Formats: sequence, C-alpha cells, structure tokens
Amino acid sequence: MWDYIDGAGSQEERLFIEQLIATNQQWKAKYQELLELQDLLSHRLELDEPSMRFTQNIMEAISKHQIAPAAKSYINKRIIWGIAGFFICCIIGFLIALFAQVNWSAGSTDNSLINFSKVNLNKVDTTNFFNNTYTTIFMMINVVLGLVVLDMYLRMKKAKAESMK
Amino acid sequence: MQTGPVDNEIINRVLQGEQALYAQLVKRYQNFVFTIVLRYTPNREDAEEIAQDVFVKAYRSLADFRGESKFSTWLYTIVTTTCITFLRKKKVPIHSLDNEQVFELADSQNSSFKANQVEQKSKVQVIHEALRLLSVDDARIITLFYQAEQSLEEIGRIIGVDPNTAKVKLHRARVRLKEKMEKHFTEEVKDMVG
Repeated sequence: MWDYIDGAGSQEERLFIEQLIATNQQWKAKYQELLELQDLLSHRLELDEPSMRFTQNIMEAISKHQIAPAAKSYINKRIIWGIAGFFICCIIGFLIALFAQVNWSAGSTDNSLINFSKVNLNKVDTTNFFNNTYTTIFMMINVVLGLVVLDMYLRMKKAKAESMK
Repeated sequence: MQTGPVDNEIINRVLQGEQALYAQLVKRYQNFVFTIVLRYTPNREDAEEIAQDVFVKAYRSLADFRGESKFSTWLYTIVTTTCITFLRKKKVPIHSLDNEQVFELADSQNSSFKANQVEQKSKVQVIHEALRLLSVDDARIITLFYQAEQSLEEIGRIIGVDPNTAKVKLHRARVRLKEKMEKHFTEEVKDMVG
C-alpha cells in the first residue's frame, strides 16, 4: 500500500492495488487512513528553527577558518596503489620462497605434504627459545595488551547492557 | 528548497573567495539541519551547537564537495556523523532512550502533561509528538524523506545503507509512527481518520 502511495511498484501491482481499493471496503478504509497520514507528513510537518543569531554565529566562526584544500590535491592515489602493490609483491614472493623450500619429490611412499610421523617433538629443544630475555619481555607485553583488549571488550559489553535497560 | 546549479554556483563562488555568500547556504538549510539534529537530541541548546558545528565543518570541507550528489545530501551526511560524535562524547547511547517509557512515566505522574486528556490536539501536534516518541533512526528517516525531501537513494547514501534497505527502514518507521499515534493519541487519530 505504501509503495502504491509513493508511486513505486510495477504497473501490475498498482492495478491490483487499485482494484482492491475499489472493491474491498477494508482496503479502501486503510488506504484513506494512510493517505491522510501521508498528507500530514508531506505537507503539514513544520521545521524547527534555530535562534536568530544562528547564521551570524556561523559566519563569525568560519571567518577564523580557511577552507581546506581538496583531499585529491594532496593525496596521490598512485602512491597508495604503489605501496599496496609493493606489500602484495613481498607477500607473494615470501609464499613462493616458502613453497620452493618444500621437497616435493622426497621419494617417500607417503603422499602427504608433511610427514608428521617423522617429526619427533621430544627432540625439539625449546629451552633456548623460552630462556631468552627478549622473548620473555615480548610475551609480557602481549599479555598486557591482551588484558587491555579484554578490558575494553568487557566495558563495551557493560555499556551496551546498561543502555538496553 | 533550492537545489542543483544554484547551490553549486554559490559553492564555486565561496571557493573563489566570496566567503559572505556562504550565509545564503546557511539560511537555506539551517532549519532542515536543525530539525534533523533535534531528532538526535531534544535539548535545543545542544542541537544548536551541533548544527553550527555542522555548517563550520561543511565550510572547511567545501573543497571536497564534488557535486556528484546534491549539496543537501552531502550536508546531511555531515549532520549524521557530527551528531554521532557529539553523542558519543556526551556518552549518550545512540540508539537512544525509549521515549515511550519517558512519555508513559510523565503521563502516570498525574502532572498536567496527560497524553490522552489534553484539549483537542491539532493533527500537526499529534504528528510532532508521535515523532518525538520514535527512536532516533525512525525519526531521522521520516524527517529526511518528508521534510528534507531526500530520495531513497540519497537517504541510503546519508545513513550508509543501500536504497532497498532505506525503503524498508522508511516503511517500518511509518508503521511505528502510526502505532505510536494509535497508542497515545487514540481520540485524535479517530478524528483524523473519521
């Protein structure tokens, strides 16, 4: 019905609605109701007005400002695409180097890419890795950052819950 | 509302240095901007401050207006972002208070403010009061469509959705407006329809 009042909808839909309005009392009553509302909204709603000094205040405020140059005058899209292209090439190059290290014809009967049965985790020495001071500091920073993010997330949830009440 | 070349002509001349001409744009759109801002915050002082901020931002970014859409559409986009920023700073939830609860509370407190017992309200008053009961999103879309005369494509651009979604939102806003009117202004709505 609103599509019909707005003048939207296909020709068939409009004809169908017109017929319903002409033949069905309920549809006709509803149409009149919505039409009245449409008329009120379209023609009778008044705009609110700000204070008399509104324009003057704005002109005083802008007298202290300059119009900023258009963004396209100082942002060169070619540079942005160039930087993006550089990083994409680096990533692709890294992936190519990675896959080039893999021995695709190792002569094994096992057809899987990585033979997990040959990996012996017990022989992996992690003591040097976890004893390193810098690694410890790095892990501590990560833990602190993780806690900060968790705190922000929980605050956001709390704020949402309060606003829903 | 003036549209099209006249606005663009003023903008070009302002960009060339005729700053005083900007006042014409302000006078042309100040009521629309102020009305839309009032949908976000009922406080008139805050609304005026925000509206002024909108026009100052629009002036400073005038060189970025490409003329692909109407100036009003571009301006109302600035209104949306400025209002959201302002409300976030004031820590007011953007999907605002349920105005209906506030309304019912006022009604139940046996004050002089009685929704259904006020002397015969005019139809326009009923619509205005029903609009105040709507959520920010609903009131905004109705204001943009009916008062600011924006098309669904333009509304979609302003609020950041596609035109079909804007159409659905408008439809829902109308339905909710009608529900508010029927719930709180039963007698007046009967007179309106009868």
